[in-house]
Amino acid sequence: MGKEKTYEEINQKIRSGKAVVLTAEEVLELVAEQGVSRAADRVDVVTTGTFGPMCSSGLFMNFGHPLPRIKMNEVYLNGVPAYAGIAAVDAYLGATALPPGDPRNRSHPGEFVYGGGHVIEDLVAGKEIRLEAHGYGTDCYPSKKVETSFRLSEINEATLYNPRNAYQNYSAAVNLGKKMIYTYMGILKPRMGNVNYSTAGQLSPLLNDPLLKTIGMGTQIFLGGGRGFVAWYGTQHNPSAERGANGVPKAPAATLAVTGDLKQMRRRWLRGLSFLGYGATLQVGLGIPIPVLNEEIMKYCAVKDEEIYAPLVDFSRGYPYGEGDDLGLVSYAELKSGHVQIRDQRVPTASLSSYVGAREIALTLKKWILAGDFTLTRPAVPLPSVEAGIKLQPLPRRNPYPGGM
Amino acid sequence: MVVKQKLVFHFPPSVVEQPIIYRLVKDFGLMVNILRADINPKKEGRLMLELSGSETGYRQAIEWLHREGLKILNLKQQIIWNEERCTQCGACSVICPSGALGLRRPEMTVSFEEDKCIVCELCLKACPARAMETLLENDA
Repeated sequence: MGKEKTYEEINQKIRSGKAVVLTAEEVLELVAEQGVSRAADRVDVVTTGTFGPMCSSGLFMNFGHPLPRIKMNEVYLNGVPAYAGIAAVDAYLGATALPPGDPRNRSHPGEFVYGGGHVIEDLVAGKEIRLEAHGYGTDCYPSKKVETSFRLSEINEATLYNPRNAYQNYSAAVNLGKKMIYTYMGILKPRMGNVNYSTAGQLSPLLNDPLLKTIGMGTQIFLGGGRGFVAWYGTQHNPSAERGANGVPKAPAATLAVTGDLKQMRRRWLRGLSFLGYGATLQVGLGIPIPVLNEEIMKYCAVKDEEIYAPLVDFSRGYPYGEGDDLGLVSYAELKSGHVQIRDQRVPTASLSSYVGAREIALTLKKWILAGDFTLTRPAVPLPSVEAGIKLQPLPRRNPYPGGM
Repeated sequence: MVVKQKLVFHFPPSVVEQPIIYRLVKDFGLMVNILRADINPKKEGRLMLELSGSETGYRQAIEWLHREGLKILNLKQQIIWNEERCTQCGACSVICPSGALGLRRPEMTVSFEEDKCIVCELCLKACPARAMETLLENDA
């Protein structure tokens, strides 16, 4: 058993330019050559990354007051509605929000050309954004309407707050039906025409710390090209999902809520997306450094695509209606090879998450740490892991008007 | 000299009902491989095809088509891969029917081979980042 390192010792090495930092991809070679124990002694930090569509993302803004002042209760940014049910000139813009006039799926499959995710991309790109806000007028906030335009630098705050990012593993989607379907997992061709998956596998943050031993509340991360923080565990957090002997879940499991100042982020890592027949969303670049505190952490960081399994899920009946058979598991090594064998069929695969992006994020984070200006954070509070016993619950279905209506 | 060229014909309504392909084969000795066709009676039509044959036959055929009032474009110039918009996810690779869009392994980078593109335009809306664009230009 090698020696234990502390956050303080690792940060001291980072500040003095002596830290050894490798990406979750680079570290695989070292572990293969020298074994976990020696790798744990040599390496101080392993960097991870992921760059995929993450629908539970959005932006809190404070626009500043016009004169006369206004209590905004309806807000549109480039025509896309933001939630204004908070204080006077605060609003939250969700990544999947659509303009009221968007045809949605009325002509199926809808195109969802411009939504909340696209507004966030335009904001971070420094473009001018149209703002339309309505209020009902009060003694303290007399204005009833404001129409103006602004740039990101001209509003007080723009805080990205994503309630669910960085999903720890995800299902691989197929279509067992007879017609093309349009899903959040992309276009799925009939009769298992393709398998779509969406994680960075061996580079993915939560797959490199499967039991959340180092990632917790307050962990400083790469978010959208800037610095952000883990705010809490994410919505739909399901650490109790079935796991392999290596701790890696075999189904969607842990999630993170993350936050950061949009003003220091980059358009390169926050991209508006349009999923045909499904909706608009945001592609988020996210990376987390993992301190190699001991051999156990190193062992987790050495996880390879061959050792990470995704459940195959049918999106024609299985996912939407909960029908059908278990299709089994498939490894990320198979998924990334371009084809997987399902039953008697050789099925082509595609990713919705950018592996190239994930690699670049992990390398960028490595560069920041090597430069000495990004240190590691000991979590203020650990996130609930396996022992918390959290179980996902379905929505209760009962008569909401028991007294009769 | 042998010529092989992928083209897009735009038919005005007046020409739509003429046996253009028959003429290309019979009068100009060209081999025709139709990639995609959208031709309706009395309406404008569009035909994507690959022509091959002698240089003289090809040149004379193009001249004749122009005289008949067809607009002709080089097919490969129609679909553009906007690399700056592309986030390198690879969702397009299973949608592209001709293998023009694919993923280089093990790098996992998206690649677009224009000469394999049949301009079916499926990628335009299948790409979540809308990195595939269409451009109509350059008369042949």
